[in-house]
Amino acid sequence: MTGKEYRTITDVKGPLAFLNKTEPVAFGEIVTLRLANGDIKNGQVLDTSDDLVIVQVFEGTDKINRETGVTFMGDVFKLPVSTDLVGRILDGAGRPRDGGPEIVAEEKADIIGAAINPYSRQSPHDFIQTGISAIDCCTTLVRGQKLPIFSASGLPHNDIALQIARQAKLKGSDEEFIVVFCAMGITAEEYNFFRSDLERTGALENAVLFVNLADDPAVERIITPRLALTAAEYLAFEKDYHVLVIYTDMTNYCDALRQIGAAREEVPGRRGYPGYMYTDLAMLYERAGIVKGKKGSITQFPILTMPGDDITHPIPDLSGYITEGQIVISRELHQQGIYPPINVLPSLSRLMGSCIGEKTTRDDHKKVSDQMYAAYAQGRELRGLVAIVGEDALNERDKQLLDFSGVFEDQFLRQSRDEDRTIDETLNLCWKLMANIDTKYLVRLDEELINKYHPENHE
Amino acid sequence: MSNEGVIYRISGPVVTATGMNAAMYDVVRVGHEGLMGEVIELHGDKAVIQVYEDTSGIRPGEPVLNTEETLSVSLGPGLLTQIYDGIQRPLATLEEVMGVFITRGVDADAFDMEKTWTFEPQVAKGDDVASGQVIGHVQETETIVHKIMVPPGKGGKVKSIESGDFNVTQTVCVLDDGSELQMMQKWPVRTPRPFTQKYAPDTPLVTGMRILDFLFPLAKGGAAGIPGPFGSGKTVTQQSLAKYSDAQLVVYIGCGERGNEMTEVLDEFPHLIDPNTGKPLMNRTVMIANTSNMPVAAREASVYTGITIAEYFRDMGYDVALMADSTSRWAEAMREISSRLEEMPGEEGYPAYLSSRIAEFYERAGRVETLNGDDGSVTVIGAVSPPGGDISEPVSQGTLRIVKVFWGLDAGLARQRHFPAINWLNSYSLYPQSLDQWFRDNIAQDFPEIRTQISGLLQIEAELQEIVQLVGSDALPVDQQLTLEVARMIREFFLQQNGFDPVDAYCDIKLQYEMAKAILSFQESAKNAMADGALLNDVVNVPARSNLMRGRFEDGYIERIDAMVKEMTEEIASAVEAN
Repeated sequence: MTGKEYRTITDVKGPLAFLNKTEPVAFGEIVTLRLANGDIKNGQVLDTSDDLVIVQVFEGTDKINRETGVTFMGDVFKLPVSTDLVGRILDGAGRPRDGGPEIVAEEKADIIGAAINPYSRQSPHDFIQTGISAIDCCTTLVRGQKLPIFSASGLPHNDIALQIARQAKLKGSDEEFIVVFCAMGITAEEYNFFRSDLERTGALENAVLFVNLADDPAVERIITPRLALTAAEYLAFEKDYHVLVIYTDMTNYCDALRQIGAAREEVPGRRGYPGYMYTDLAMLYERAGIVKGKKGSITQFPILTMPGDDITHPIPDLSGYITEGQIVISRELHQQGIYPPINVLPSLSRLMGSCIGEKTTRDDHKKVSDQMYAAYAQGRELRGLVAIVGEDALNERDKQLLDFSGVFEDQFLRQSRDEDRTIDETLNLCWKLMANIDTKYLVRLDEELINKYHPENHE
Repeated sequence: MSNEGVIYRISGPVVTATGMNAAMYDVVRVGHEGLMGEVIELHGDKAVIQVYEDTSGIRPGEPVLNTEETLSVSLGPGLLTQIYDGIQRPLATLEEVMGVFITRGVDADAFDMEKTWTFEPQVAKGDDVASGQVIGHVQETETIVHKIMVPPGKGGKVKSIESGDFNVTQTVCVLDDGSELQMMQKWPVRTPRPFTQKYAPDTPLVTGMRILDFLFPLAKGGAAGIPGPFGSGKTVTQQSLAKYSDAQLVVYIGCGERGNEMTEVLDEFPHLIDPNTGKPLMNRTVMIANTSNMPVAAREASVYTGITIAEYFRDMGYDVALMADSTSRWAEAMREISSRLEEMPGEEGYPAYLSSRIAEFYERAGRVETLNGDDGSVTVIGAVSPPGGDISEPVSQGTLRIVKVFWGLDAGLARQRHFPAINWLNSYSLYPQSLDQWFRDNIAQDFPEIRTQISGLLQIEAELQEIVQLVGSDALPVDQQLTLEVARMIREFFLQQNGFDPVDAYCDIKLQYEMAKAILSFQESAKNAMADGALLNDVVNVPARSNLMRGRFEDGYIERIDAMVKEMTEEIASAVEAN
């Protein structure tokens, strides 16, 4: 149903158009705006009353004037979904970008997405092997988890995300993920990098891409991740696929949110970001998970770049409070030439406990991971001390730990971009490296495990 | 005047309506779908409503119905074991009605209105009953007797009283003024339930966590704040408290937190056994789960829903513990709604009334003499999630001004995998003075002195560490090296506790005392041995000491710890001869 066309725009400010006196318009309703030259723009109602309607225009407000015709479409924003989506590339507003035909809708899904009843969720517990030791051992990924990569400009987060997308599988299964890729404000170069990598590995056939580039309208970025997640939900919960959603870059999304907040003259929260940013981000991140009675799952890999490498910046900070852990990329490690430069110390997977152990990975996983982590943390701390007093002042234990921290980075963290280590390989590597430390200092390992796995007992 | 108005404006969760003769905090039904909302501001005939459900697709001109009631919870048998959303709709019922996604416009009773309970009267015809008096009881779960009380404000002579099986809406008692009493009563969530007087707390809430019980105890009826950055273990700490604290009832509010984590709690709790009664933990638990993507106004209401339920059980004479995870999300919900109302903001965009709301909430904690002369308590433990872990922000500060216990979580400790990651240097409890008598009478006469020694050692360690940072530990004199070793033992053996280990997760308070004593006897015997010429290394590395430390993961530790300490002392003494 389409209604009348109104020519009652009074004000235009940033991405917003203000209209006087219309018929009752629904909150969240979709709007088309017809410019004098016949161009069509799309928008959505942000505020509605008997006197005034505020419309957020996705494509930017240039050329909009009082003559622009505004039509309210009578419905909220919906994405046509079907399994035809797989293998397609769409733009940030859900239109084909690959020159292919329009998506033939099996159904139309509301892009806001309803909250999953916490009672209807199923706890994630399936271990995903990424083939990257630092992740598999220390910040284990679980199917249905949302685990962001906290990175910063100039770091290889894209390579890591792609390596995960390529290698991720359930242990002992060939079942592949459908990748839903959502680009928000990234450069054409970065996009081409993703695209050609997905093409090269054949993953593109099993992927859906939603692309909003740096020169596309910023406001469109508000809906791009919602489209991607709506597609993901359809594929996971209607069509039983396991879906891996990668979105990059959340920082651009949040900046777009701030832009709209500022145009509405809202009271800003920290650093000018709107006070509702936590809720808004939660409405994206919380669309990960597994639901009782459905076969599919949604695992999320948001990538965000921390402005100024600052983890307390509102974007990583609020994300960290919602997501189930984070993988932190370190500039220091990157500059040492280590790939993947994952700093395991501030990294965390909150769901790790539910997916590791005898039945899923290996009986020594938890304790090995704790011991590796503790030894590395202590070794790193000692580096500061050594800078002051020199290595000679250290006692035997501290010397071993200090050496271990170097080996940890050089042999455990470092792996090549196509090196796919199984969890057994990773854990065996841990034991090999820990053998450089006297057993009596490995207080987090019990005797039983030491007897079973320590290389000393196998030679 | 009619109580039906029309919508004038919609802006996210805030809707303005006219013409319905509203009063503040009236509950209204918004739009054709009847979404639940609450009046939070009035301007002439215009009422500003916060809506508890998603408002997309609602138009100006749709009807709004004023129920002329304030937001209330239903209180009665059937509450326990329930899992609610922020406005007391059972999540299981919502799943039946709407499937796995939460849609809107669905109303659900707080508990089964048809289920019958065996009501056993405790008063007889002709008895005088006053507000809050118990007129009978129902065995609600294996462990909890649900006392049926005269609702506040009512009272008189009993005209008739029933006995037998009834559902919660059937009348079980009639008073001579004609008022009929049912097993269910309603209470507005924003009004504290009345009591006779508040007492000073004098009993600790035993949590089984060593650092909390031993160093920073919380009293039954007290209030504690747990601030910490993300990843520092707030949720794990709160969940441990919900599982192991010796409260008789637990109300757990997941306020604006992660769905998967909430599900873990929902999955796990029904299988957990209460260490104090040996019965399923759910039998004493009411949960409220309002995840971060559920409507923001319902998040704002969820803490009030929770504390009202807690107060109701307190009025029966129970010790109730309430965990709110996280109060920051509640504060953010207030901020979000306040900004939609275009109110003048206070600090960091939070409304100016933030600190008074926080204070009002924590003030609902307390140990009280109930209206019926019984003794009950509500203990409130609120998690705070300060942005960037910086507790100078308004929610942390508002909380610290009112709570008497501060358990400061520390990202640095979490990073070292020291759990619970509670910083022993900046945490505090103001209760020891009122609780020490209890510790002396029930655990050991010298309990407070042992505590002082342990925390003293940790303080000394902090000072020594500063020197170690500069010169390395080998440069310290041996006695100070021993002090460092003892402090490390306190940290690794005593303060660290594995919440996932079946044995170590809960540590009896008597055992806590024994473990603290064991550390001090290590210090004592090591000092003596070294005075007699033993080497620090030999003393520290006696096998019996590692056995003692590892023993805490094994059953029956409390019986064996004495012998283990003795063995350690002997081995240390023989280290003198070895040299």
